[in-house]
Amino acid sequence: MPLMNDACRIGIPLATAGLMAPVAVASDLIPVPDFTEYQVPVSMPPAPDHPLWEWLNVSLLLAALLAASYIALVSRSRRNMFLLTIGSLIWFGFLYEGCICAIGSIQNVVLAVFDTSYAIPLTVVLVFLLPLGFTLFFGRVFCAAVCPLGAIQEIVAVRTTRVPSWLDHSLGLFPYIYLGLAVIYAATGTAFVICRYDPFVPMFRLSGDVNMLIFGGALLVMGVFIGRPYCRYLCPYGAVLAVLSRVSKWHTRIPPDECIKCRLCEDSCPYGAIERPSMPPARETRPAARRSLAVMLALAPLLVIGAAGLGWLMTVPLARLDHNVRLAERIHAEDTGQVEGMTDASEAFRNTGQPKEELLAMVADIRSRIRLFAVLLGAWTGLVVAVKLISLSVYRRRDEYQPDRSRCVSCGRCYWYCPCEQVRLGLIDDISELVDLETEEAKAAS
Amino acid sequence: MPDSSPKKDRRGFLNDALRTTSVIALAGAGGFLAGRRSEGEPMVWQLDPDQCIGCGHCATYCVLDVSAVKCVNCFDMCGFCDICTGYFEMNYLALDTAAENQLCPTGAIVRQFIEEKSGQRFYEYTIDVPLCIGCGKCVIGCALMNGSLYLQVEHDRCLDCNECAIAVACPTQAFHRIPASQAEILKRRAEAVLGARGRRMMRDAGDDTQRYREGAELLERALTQRRWRQQQQSASSASSGSEGTARDA
Repeated sequence: MPLMNDACRIGIPLATAGLMAPVAVASDLIPVPDFTEYQVPVSMPPAPDHPLWEWLNVSLLLAALLAASYIALVSRSRRNMFLLTIGSLIWFGFLYEGCICAIGSIQNVVLAVFDTSYAIPLTVVLVFLLPLGFTLFFGRVFCAAVCPLGAIQEIVAVRTTRVPSWLDHSLGLFPYIYLGLAVIYAATGTAFVICRYDPFVPMFRLSGDVNMLIFGGALLVMGVFIGRPYCRYLCPYGAVLAVLSRVSKWHTRIPPDECIKCRLCEDSCPYGAIERPSMPPARETRPAARRSLAVMLALAPLLVIGAAGLGWLMTVPLARLDHNVRLAERIHAEDTGQVEGMTDASEAFRNTGQPKEELLAMVADIRSRIRLFAVLLGAWTGLVVAVKLISLSVYRRRDEYQPDRSRCVSCGRCYWYCPCEQVRLGLIDDISELVDLETEEAKAAS
Repeated sequence: MPDSSPKKDRRGFLNDALRTTSVIALAGAGGFLAGRRSEGEPMVWQLDPDQCIGCGHCATYCVLDVSAVKCVNCFDMCGFCDICTGYFEMNYLALDTAAENQLCPTGAIVRQFIEEKSGQRFYEYTIDVPLCIGCGKCVIGCALMNGSLYLQVEHDRCLDCNECAIAVACPTQAFHRIPASQAEILKRRAEAVLGARGRRMMRDAGDDTQRYREGAELLERALTQRRWRQQQQSASSASSGSEGTARDA
């Protein structure tokens, strides 16, 4: 019986395989007795979920995206958008309980690209691609009413204030850096940081890591006063959508047809995404503006190179998220007497009898892999800052009140404020019932 | 707003071009990833019982209130002992099913008398799955003897979190993503004994096709495990030579 021989051969590594208690070697095992009647049962693993469950989720995602696009661009109904938001929160949040979501799917996609042994399910690919595709044509309708993380913040955003422009622009860079971090950790197979630090999934599951529950709760409380803090200042998928939304074919507009520049919508956006018509810069300031743009353009490569260097220096702390790196550091600290006692991990490692040098070699290997990505992450961060600086020093002509396509999530709160919308809905006959354009213009001029 | 100004046209053209490029890129990415998928199938989390040290994190770190990790008994490795070190406390008062004698905090192990043979009493130990919390106390106890009790993720309960909270906390990194159809990771020894049993069943089946098929299924189950372990080994030795030799040793 060849397999029985294997059993004995396999039994020996078993003894050193890392069980905490001393394990009996194969020959010492107590044999299965020779029963007279009794049949020795075989335990079977339970079957996993039916794959149809995942496909149901994908089809609901598609349906919700279609509905959100229709509401944002055709029916222009804030009420229906809100109802869809609630529906998404219930299904994608509380019933489906989070995984897999479009935000986290970034990491699965990256891992699938870099690790050939990881096979990404087709449903995950679709969850990743569908919102991106919709954004290219209809703007960020996914954020508006489909994403459960957006939905839970949308509902609490009731007393929002405007975030100062400098703070909004600076914090708005973080999602891109977070995206870079998520990509390098997924690419090296170290961790899925987006999922690990997801503040709202514990709420959807009504259970989870207590720190993340506190973080999520804090974000929700903050979200009452600052609209959608996670979406604007953290969400890495939102960062991708913001870029794609810039070139969207059809994007929601504040007035149903032409803007009359009445200023009524100016403060209606809880997310600070409405941009005023721009004044052409005065002739005397133009050389200065041109000079500042030139400086920014010249600064850009320096920023990228400098940040890449910083990334290089960050390799060691960045690598610390890896389990083996932390284990090696712990073992080193134990051996040099910096810490007392052993952790479960270090004790288990010592019980395997694996030489420390092998672990150190592995750690060196991990560090060198992460180093390349850390440099790229640094360069990416520099690039993000440089692009921001350049875009801030370019004058853009705007003739009307319009949503900033990258920041607007198409929630539809601004429709109601537009007098033209009121005319369209047949609530008033003429905009003069609501607004006196001449005084408004005088006010704007003063 | 006049759309005919050259500036608008230029921007519109640029937007169209960028959008078309993005659509093509997305379609390409989708095609590439879908092609990748055909190499395998959906992945689920599972823990390698040979790496498990029974630390108890499975019970506490799972996002579910009652962990998706449960104990299983591989009966073909079990000694059916009277004094089961996985069932009884070290300092038991009596060899009976009273709670104070049991190692399992929830009384999830059911002890059932089978028969007495030449003065030895044999008991069957089964897991009452809904009661099990995956704490691993019995796993440590059983490891003193045969190690037939070990932990596994039950996929009818597991939420398939994109990043398993237990996997992050696991001190020996025993959690792996495995193909959904594989569903389990057998101990190396369990793989060997189940494979042997499958072969025995096939050999002794005679005309009983049902029994032959059962034996073949059991053997296939064991061979799936062997293939997976070989894959793991080749993957780890490919990624780093030192790690590979460490696993081989």
